Amino acid sequence: MADGNEPRVFRIRVRGSDVVASCAETEKALIALEQAVAFPRPLPVNVGCRKGGCGACRVKVLSGDYTTIKMSRAHVTEQEEAEGYALACRIMPLSDMEIEPAFLSPRERMEMRQAQKFAD
Amino acid sequence: MSQEGLLRPGIAQLRVLDMDEAVKHYVEYLGLEFVSKEDDGRVYLRAYDEFHRHSVVLREADQAGLDFFAFKADGQEAVDGFRKRIEDFGYTVDDVPAGEMPGTGARIGFTVASGHRIELYADMDLSEDAPETNSPMIWKTMPRGMRAQRMDHCLLYGPNIEEVEKFFTEVLDFHVPERVDMPDGAFAIWMTVSNKAHDIAFVKHDEPGKLHHLAFFLQDWNDIGHAADIMTHYDISRDLGPTRHGITRGQTIYFFDPSGNRNEVFSGGYTAYKDHPTRVWDHNSVGRGIFYYERQLNDAFLSVVT
Repeated sequence: MADGNEPRVFRIRVRGSDVVASCAETEKALIALEQAVAFPRPLPVNVGCRKGGCGACRVKVLSGDYTTIKMSRAHVTEQEEAEGYALACRIMPLSDMEIEPAFLSPRERMEMRQAQKFAD
Repeated sequence: MSQEGLLRPGIAQLRVLDMDEAVKHYVEYLGLEFVSKEDDGRVYLRAYDEFHRHSVVLREADQAGLDFFAFKADGQEAVDGFRKRIEDFGYTVDDVPAGEMPGTGARIGFTVASGHRIELYADMDLSEDAPETNSPMIWKTMPRGMRAQRMDHCLLYGPNIEEVEKFFTEVLDFHVPERVDMPDGAFAIWMTVSNKAHDIAFVKHDEPGKLHHLAFFLQDWNDIGHAADIMTHYDISRDLGPTRHGITRGQTIYFFDPSGNRNEVFSGGYTAYKDHPTRVWDHNSVGRGIFYYERQLNDAFLSVVT
């Protein structure tokens, strides 16, 4: 937040949908997306715990700068985080952003983690 | 005493990502009592209407979920008897010595076919703040937050639930008040060792060892509404409800703790006697079985577990 002024507000687009959310730099991307879509229209990303633990809102950041806060390593490994994966409920934008859903079904996640374990 | 052997759910040990946030959630919002924090970092909690020292244990880790779920037996002799039956069934049993948790006797542990660790124990100290027993008041200190009365049950997700059902019914003497059968076999089972509609439930799932929710018992539908008010005021992530389950008939809200573990507040539910027939739901009705008013499952019910 610059000089105690209002926080900067950025636009978050979701590839594959027409949703554009306005998100302050102090706000979580998922919450901004929820506010941008009227109930009961489905969100372009899944919603679960909204607290970084359950992995429902896993996304890949395609462009833009952002900060994240602690999220479960079961859903975003350190390597995946470096590749731009994150949980939308843990993302706060530092620029306009484009994201795409990257939810892993339980089977996909299990198979991916087993493959990663094997590769290690 | 008619109920022998295992009595009830006793301990759930949960993994949380941030202990301070978790304690705030479970103590201030759910209303559990803070019992102790020990040198290894684990935090022990108890609901106000529970007699024994603790029922919920929090352990900080980098992945949320359930370490184990433990049932209390009516004596060490019963635990020893179960050990033999479990080993005869083919599972390996390990020992957790008395004192591994404060105020708690020896426990035995084993992993069931769904990948979950289950423990049995006979002894735990009564709480210093246990409910009164001599011309008692209905509570000792004013209930707080959602006014959770007890840790009630859990729903676990994992594979091989036919074997899980066989083990719990044949070895641990549970019965099955309710089930969902799909054309390709059992999808979900609700089991009890008492006469609550469920003490533990399982849903068929590819990943082993997953937690769907840990549930807390509230007094009634009014307290479910009060819990929903708290969720909005304190920005607690709600999954679904307030609504009713067709299965168990309990009134419910699913919501999340700050680590992504799903919680439930639950009231009502029918009484399940061992001689009652099992209620069976088919694949056309499972939506109404889980969420009676919505009559359909939400995405998160099948995909969001820790």
